Amino acid sequence: MKKTNEQAIAGRIIWMIIQYVSLLFFSFVAVIPVVSCVITAFKTDTEYQNTNVMTLPESWLNFENYIRAFDKANMGRGFINSAIILVCVLLISTFIGTQLAYVLDRFKFFGNGLIRNLFLFASQLPGVAMQVALYEIMYKLHFINSMVGYIILMCGTDIISIYIYIQFFENIDYSLDESAIVDGANYFTIFYKILLPLLKPAIVTSCILKGVGTYNEYYCANLYLQDKTRVNTVATSLYTFVGPLGSKYNLICAGVIISLLPALIVFITCQKQIYSGLTQGAVKG
Amino acid sequence: MANSKQIAKPKRSFPDWLRSRDGQKVLVMVAFMIVPLVLLFVFTYLPFGQMFGFSFYNMKYIGARKFVGLKNYSKVFSRKDCFGALKLSLYYMLGSVVQLGIALYLATILSFKVKGGNVFKGLMFFPFLINGIAIGFIFKFFYTRGFVFDTVLQWCGFQLDNLPYWLRDQRINNFSLVGTSVWRYFGQNMVLFIGAIMSVDSELYEAATLDGANRFQQFKYIILPSIKTIITLNVILSITGSLSAFEPPYVITDGANGTGTYFVVMHEIAHTQQKVGLASAMAIVLLIIILIVTGLQKLFFKYVFKSGEDEDPRAAIKREKQLARISSRKGGAAV
Repeated sequence: MKKTNEQAIAGRIIWMIIQYVSLLFFSFVAVIPVVSCVITAFKTDTEYQNTNVMTLPESWLNFENYIRAFDKANMGRGFINSAIILVCVLLISTFIGTQLAYVLDRFKFFGNGLIRNLFLFASQLPGVAMQVALYEIMYKLHFINSMVGYIILMCGTDIISIYIYIQFFENIDYSLDESAIVDGANYFTIFYKILLPLLKPAIVTSCILKGVGTYNEYYCANLYLQDKTRVNTVATSLYTFVGPLGSKYNLICAGVIISLLPALIVFITCQKQIYSGLTQGAVKG
Repeated sequence: MANSKQIAKPKRSFPDWLRSRDGQKVLVMVAFMIVPLVLLFVFTYLPFGQMFGFSFYNMKYIGARKFVGLKNYSKVFSRKDCFGALKLSLYYMLGSVVQLGIALYLATILSFKVKGGNVFKGLMFFPFLINGIAIGFIFKFFYTRGFVFDTVLQWCGFQLDNLPYWLRDQRINNFSLVGTSVWRYFGQNMVLFIGAIMSVDSELYEAATLDGANRFQQFKYIILPSIKTIITLNVILSITGSLSAFEPPYVITDGANGTGTYFVVMHEIAHTQQKVGLASAMAIVLLIIILIVTGLQKLFFKYVFKSGEDEDPRAAIKREKQLARISSRKGGAAV
């Protein structure tokens, strides 16, 4: 009787140790590749050549690599372009996404299910494969090296936010619409004056997800925004380091760290929304 | 928006109809759906159709095109670097199994009260938010001979001479690449699982703890049944994901030394060699395979979960009964 109690306590302690050891181990695994980059980014050229990569830098205030990387990779331009792209894509896609979700949720019409399925199917096509043919279309539309073209491309199919919006609309009582209709409001008024303000939490969530995705997108950006001196984004400006600079890792690491700072800041400030947005999107998708 | 006006104009001859409820309804539907549908058509379904057409031609993006019938398709299956590349998917499938296992394990730990849980969660999730190119550089650096990974292993007592070249040695380099993908996504999977676990009524856990169910029993009887759906979903998604694996080799090795997955080879053929016809055929072949796999998965889901949905209340009752059984057993032992 007493023995089982002791065993239970011992078991709990062992389980506790296993828990923390696993958490520490996997956190270490998750962090070490990035931490090693931070360490290296603070080293001077001679220091980088003469010490082991995991030896701490002499000075944590040596920002020279950051400045050089920022310059070499034209990252100032990249940040401006990425900001323009982000603002436009988020505005437009929120606008068309909420409108589409409104119609799909509130109106029963022939083809409603078909349209939903078209979007769902589109989301299952691997993007890399689609670009083989899309490249020609973008070329014909004169969208190569065009920020406008890239922005329009990025505003396209985005099943996750549409699902998040539809889910949100489902939870807004239809009687709200009905009473507005009785009062004589038309559908545009209902959408803009009544429903859109209620949708704010969903908009914030999906904008954060879409924002991080757009900021990190590099494949299409590299393919369609080829002129890296003019239309580079933050992500594609890192391509500067492919080639002759390819072994100057103190420089490269600094560039990498700069490029992931915005994502880090968004993550720290909006952790909750990111988690909940992901969960919502995944359960439905 | 411009389009909606164009459509509205001819309707002017029925102003009454337009002002009626029905007219309003059609107007708002057209106005709200035209842009996303045009985008969907131009950037997804039009290229999809064109790609099908391209696959019968010998062509570049610019210049003359020659109709070659099914030749591109026979090349896809006969060229060693094309269809053969699909066997690399096996590495990625294995990786996703490992990844889901780790994610599930950590999610279980973190769904109970743990000191610093949010910090751990954040640290493990963050890799998901790093852009692909940065990941490429990070891991080229990480795996370089004598650099980060080798140093860490030396701390653990390994000799540098016994360690392989992680990205060059063909016996090991695919595992190295799959490792980066596990590194990137296990935190995200973990967050999804935590979300699913948290959606279970917390009273269930409290009741179970009070009744003396241990962690393993709680996992088996409460957590596992409640997240069965999302696990299955993720396992299934990982199959199609593995078939279309692209990013790790593309950003880290550029497909060198036998790491070129199907899509990396296709990308190279399309955008570097500009054999657009062959690349299109490759894309179509894989899309068909993915569609078949997805179809099978749908069937599987229907077969396994359709009855599951109807039985949900019954399953819950069963779970409660099992819990009661554990608690009675435990209670018996404790008294």
